[in-house]
Amino acid sequence: MRHIISVLMENEAGALSRVVGLFSQRNFNIESLTVAPTEDPTLSRLTLTTIGHDGVIEQITKQLNKLIEVVKLVDLTEGDHIERELMLIKVKALGSQRAEVIRNVDIFRGQVVDVTSSVYTVQLTGDSAKLDAFIEVLGPTNVLEVVRTGVSGIARGEKVLSL
Amino acid sequence: MELLSGADMVARFLADEGVEYIYGYPGGALLHIYDALFQQDKVQHILVRHEQAATHMADAYARATGKPGVVLVTSGPGATNAVTGIATAYMDSIPMVVISGQVMSHLIGEDAFQECDMVGVTRPVVKHNMSIKSPEEIPMALKKAFYIASTGRPGPVVVDIPKDMTTPTERYEYVYPESVKLRSYNPVTRGHSGQIKKAVELLVNAKRPVILAGGGVIHANASEQLTELARMLNYPVVNTLMGLGTYPGTDPQFLGMPGMHGSVEANMAMHHADMILNLGSRLDDRITNATEKFCPTAKLVHVDIDPSSISKTVAADVPIVGPLDSVLNEILKLAKASEVERDEEALATWWQQIEEWRRRHGGRYRTDDSELMKPQQVVEALCKVTKGDAYVCSDVGQHQMFAAQYYKFNKPRRWLNSGGLGTMGYGLPAAMGVKLNFPDEEVVCVTGEGSIQMNIQELSTCAQYNLPLKIVCINNQSLGMVRQWQDLNYESRHSQSYMESLPDFTKLVEAYGHVGMEVTRLEELESTLEKAFAMKDKLVFINVYVDPYEHVYPMQVPKASMRDMWLSKTERT
Repeated sequence: MRHIISVLMENEAGALSRVVGLFSQRNFNIESLTVAPTEDPTLSRLTLTTIGHDGVIEQITKQLNKLIEVVKLVDLTEGDHIERELMLIKVKALGSQRAEVIRNVDIFRGQVVDVTSSVYTVQLTGDSAKLDAFIEVLGPTNVLEVVRTGVSGIARGEKVLSL
Repeated sequence: MELLSGADMVARFLADEGVEYIYGYPGGALLHIYDALFQQDKVQHILVRHEQAATHMADAYARATGKPGVVLVTSGPGATNAVTGIATAYMDSIPMVVISGQVMSHLIGEDAFQECDMVGVTRPVVKHNMSIKSPEEIPMALKKAFYIASTGRPGPVVVDIPKDMTTPTERYEYVYPESVKLRSYNPVTRGHSGQIKKAVELLVNAKRPVILAGGGVIHANASEQLTELARMLNYPVVNTLMGLGTYPGTDPQFLGMPGMHGSVEANMAMHHADMILNLGSRLDDRITNATEKFCPTAKLVHVDIDPSSISKTVAADVPIVGPLDSVLNEILKLAKASEVERDEEALATWWQQIEEWRRRHGGRYRTDDSELMKPQQVVEALCKVTKGDAYVCSDVGQHQMFAAQYYKFNKPRRWLNSGGLGTMGYGLPAAMGVKLNFPDEEVVCVTGEGSIQMNIQELSTCAQYNLPLKIVCINNQSLGMVRQWQDLNYESRHSQSYMESLPDFTKLVEAYGHVGMEVTRLEELESTLEKAFAMKDKLVFINVYVDPYEHVYPMQVPKASMRDMWLSKTERT
């Protein structure tokens, strides 16, 4: 099953490589990873998605917790949560295609953030499935380039991951 | 306020931390630090001949005392040479602080002379590592290193210090940090009382119990509590390779070691148990055999300070995260107060069954199939001559298993071996580390002609620091364990397991200034050992020729359960 693990850790040199190293060292799977400092610049928030059965996920969370720089972590998929991913996608836009692309962008509530005579660059946020669907709708021959940030997530309601 | 250079801070901090010996080898990146060490007399530096030996010496000090050993190695090759020893300590949870030199900060990343990304290289084999970015950080970084290395589940910590952090002319305020607190690292100090209650309930109601004690009991100095608990309940005790000595090896309640080369009674008892109290063993593949067939009828209580060791290989029914000393104290208290009427009849039947298993094999081995001595005889003689009270530092291979099986350890911290990583070359430097710190104790390295040659250069260090340890080389003229597997799985195709062109060990050790002895006949074995151990101020190398065809038994059948064992070359359970 797919899990989203959110990690609060010291914003120190080498901390990220420790997390990434752990996954390859212990043969854990890593689907996506996103990291940035939080409102407290001494802390970073890292979100990673991974796939594994319960035993593997248990080991992943335990092993992550063992890293000295990891302050706290939560498996967001254990509760209600919001997940978002941002995608920038370059799409061929010639002739009649131009209007068709715009229609799809509207349907998916994306934004065209850059335009040339033959290309639209579209920004889209949503869960990963929505981004996948948008790519599919455009069709593989029209998609020139895709950049995705990886999943970022947060628990719903009062629950917070902080010091 | 005291102003010190980074180099002086390193030396001074180690003195303030109470470090007596550090083990290392100088080099360009460390010259400032070595100069600072030269100008003080509190911390003594032991110069090895290869950095791997420095790490094993420090590791052995830690295993024998429980306190972190300290290593000092230079950048590049000095650092990489230390990696095997760091990984050895990591696998066996040994506290160690390794200070590695690094090229000057402005050269990092430029592939400078003797540059190596030590923090990157050691990342998977350390508990933690760090790089110094400014000289003022040195005291606190070192304090953190000692704190992290020695608390929770112990392990090695590397502190990488670029040369320009130690410049003698640049001085900074030095204060010895008395304590350290980390918001992201708080080792657990006691077990969950509800879980402990559940565990005790299972314990006192068990009909076929086994107490399994591993290395965690040694780290927690909890042998006494373990012994008290086992005796109070009259339950059988099994010690893992890392836990040998936590329960007296000569005690009738002791069943020996479990696992691949465990005793019949230990493996049988675990397989048929209805309850296993696992104290600080991580149940690795050398113990469990096929995990899906592991102890099918047992409820498993697993106590470990490291939550990730629990349910990693085998799911625990009652997991308890906590330090073994305090958890065992609570278990003892509750077990003593328990009003549950224990099923003495079931326990008596259980013991009867265990004694039957014990008789089945009982550590017997054939002596009539070879003109030569048997390696088991060598260990038995060694145990007799040293009255079972020596520090035994083993290398890796058949001799290691024979030493574990036939030397009866009655005290913890007397058996030192590379159990997790299986590092050949560990034995001699480990024995050196113990002898240096315990000069009045008998210290013996049990080795083979293969392993000893992996760090034999250290005979020179032994001469320099006058370390009169004893080396018992169980010489079968082959890489015995490799050969055994080749016999069993590769139709005796002995690919590269034969040690050709062995040196004349007697001459070799004499060249280093030590004493060499040879034993070829059983009748000479004990008397030679006695003669060697009587030479209190000499390192003696006893080269004992043994049957090269001997195998280690019992041996678990691969991919089967714990009870499936070969008892000899022809007999199976």
